[in-house]
Amino acid sequence: MSAILEARKVGRVLHEGEVPVTLLRDVSLSIMPGEFVSITGPSGSGKSSLLYILGLLDQCTSGAVYLNGLPTDDLGSASLSRMRLEHLGFVFQFHFLLPEFTILENVRIPMQRLGRLSERDQKDRATHLLEQLGLGDQGEKRPAQLSGGQRQRAAIARALANAPAVILADEPTGNLDTKNGRIVHDIFKGLARNQNTAIVMVTHDQALAATTDRQIHLVDGTLDLES
Amino acid sequence: MISIIPLLLKIALAHLSGRRRQTLVATAGVAMGVGFFIAMAAMMQGFQTYFVQTIVDVSPHIVISDTYRELPRQPLTLIFNPENAALAIRNVKPKEEIRGIRNAGRILRALADMKGVKVAPMLEGQIIYRYGSTDKAATLSGIDPDAEKNITDIESDMVSGKLDNLKTYANGIVIGVGLARDLNAKYGDTITAVSPAGIVRNVKIVGIFRSGITALDNRASYALLKRAQILQNRPNVINAIRMHLDDPNAARSVAADIEKRFSYKAESWQEANEGFMAVFTIQNIIIYSTTSAILIVACFGIFNIISTIVNEKTRDIAILKSMGFGEGDIQGVFVFQGALMGVCGAVAGWGLGYAMSRGLGAIRVNIESELSMDRLFIIYTWTHYAFGGGACVIAATLAAWLPARKASKLRPVDILRGAA
Ligand SMILES: Nc1ncnc2c1ncn2[C@@H]1O[C@H](COP(=O)(O)OP(=O)(O)OP(=O)(O)O)[C@@H](O)[C@H]1O
Ligand SMILES: [Mg+2]
Repeated sequence: MSAILEARKVGRVLHEGEVPVTLLRDVSLSIMPGEFVSITGPSGSGKSSLLYILGLLDQCTSGAVYLNGLPTDDLGSASLSRMRLEHLGFVFQFHFLLPEFTILENVRIPMQRLGRLSERDQKDRATHLLEQLGLGDQGEKRPAQLSGGQRQRAAIARALANAPAVILADEPTGNLDTKNGRIVHDIFKGLARNQNTAIVMVTHDQALAATTDRQIHLVDGTLDLES
Repeated sequence: MISIIPLLLKIALAHLSGRRRQTLVATAGVAMGVGFFIAMAAMMQGFQTYFVQTIVDVSPHIVISDTYRELPRQPLTLIFNPENAALAIRNVKPKEEIRGIRNAGRILRALADMKGVKVAPMLEGQIIYRYGSTDKAATLSGIDPDAEKNITDIESDMVSGKLDNLKTYANGIVIGVGLARDLNAKYGDTITAVSPAGIVRNVKIVGIFRSGITALDNRASYALLKRAQILQNRPNVINAIRMHLDDPNAARSVAADIEKRFSYKAESWQEANEGFMAVFTIQNIIIYSTTSAILIVACFGIFNIISTIVNEKTRDIAILKSMGFGEGDIQGVFVFQGALMGVCGAVAGWGLGYAMSRGLGAIRVNIESELSMDRLFIIYTWTHYAFGGGACVIAATLAAWLPARKASKLRPVDILRGAA
């Protein structure tokens, strides 16, 4: 089986200030379909930076990222957007739901943008996803009317809208209590097992990380191979 | 691409509905610009149309007079073209010619043979009217009443008497209402006329007209051509041929042809009123620049709101981009906001402009300048609405363009870092 997402000797240097800042150095890793990978490391070690590069939101300054075996470093912003739309899903610490839209509409937006399903099928799929995540009766509410845990689950439903091959999550349980954190974690586990969705999750929670298929530890922008 | 427009519009509307009051104010601003433009254009163009209409009705379309536009060439310059010969003739004294159109009968007949043309002869001269203690300088035009009726609307402008009275009363004159007022004379009164030739005659007012053109009403008088020729001591002379065309817009070119043919100066009504045409151009420039100014100010409002929304919605922009929305999509969302305000402003502006036009049309005025008017003349034409609405939508869309472009260039990573 070949990797769905692969980083080869990825480096990222920022040239914004007077002195160049190295965020990442020589990071290589591959993610297999259906694999649940956690990234841990001290604050400022470059976890988010790595996730953005893997998610094609940012581009590396050396090395290369391969999605589905294809290099992505030559792609223009329109192609990168298209790749994200079709193959990737994001979950952040903050839910980023659009406040003016209902939960159901929020989940539908990526499907509308992709435009592969009919309106009927989009609504059915969105309802189905919300049911899967235990939000079957919350679809008509606005994000502000939901609890933090519910919002985070709605954000996961939205990330799943176009059935992505990889979900990239940056501290998705960071704003949640232990119970809700557990629930989100179990959802990811289920997705990896049952739907063959690869999950890359940045987390500070060692206990949660320990239960994933593979733990990657970052220190100062490089992989800590000893762990 | 087209299929996602409803989605982008929906997001655009959601953003605007979050800032309802500001959106309303900015939209009202552009609506005002469109409304003022429509009302002002309706009034100004209404006035201009009325003005031209009056001129065309009251005055002849072409006047051929007994003057030349250029002095006749000197024989020497006919041989040596002064433009490329070292030749200059100074102090040329033009020959004093006997005033009047020579061969008038032949010219009149030739003109009358043209298609869609009516002609009337005239002898125009100065006169002084004396009545009681009042002296009043005026012009006396000797006319042929039957021919004159074909040329101008004077018959329908008569407030007392009629033009044909000139034929029945041997010493009759028809004068303008302003002139009668200045002389303190009434219909039927006999007044004294003194011509520059020194001839003094008593004449009887057998008609008074009101043309609406103040210069005519205050200064013009008419007599039978024969009477005028006697009074001016210029028997059988005419010094103007007045023409009416079936197509008044052709006056310029017809006049040019006639001038080439008979070499007498032939002036079209457009040329005679060129000063007013220039004033109209200035009026139009004022309308367009004022409304542009209003629109520009209103567009600053639109620019402001959309910039505010972009700053407020950076998180939404970031998540939409990470979801897979492209730069064009994001730009579309915000450009649509400007366009939506523009369209709403245009429609509201149409209503406002129409209402204001009706209001202006209902105003009664009392204007006595070049023209006398009792109300404002309003013109309703779809071109004003199309132009006003179009300019509004384009301006609003352009105003949204810059902030929309800024939004499309936001890097999601920068925002996600800040929001975490
Ligand atoms: N725009 C920037 N300019 C300068 N330094 C930056 C910039 N962005 C990130 N950094 C630095 O890059 C390093 C890695 O940041 P990153 O957000 O990837 O860390 P992290 O592992 O996600 O940390 P945390 O656990 O706190 O989220 C940090 O030291 C950070 O200060
Ligand atoms: Mg981070």
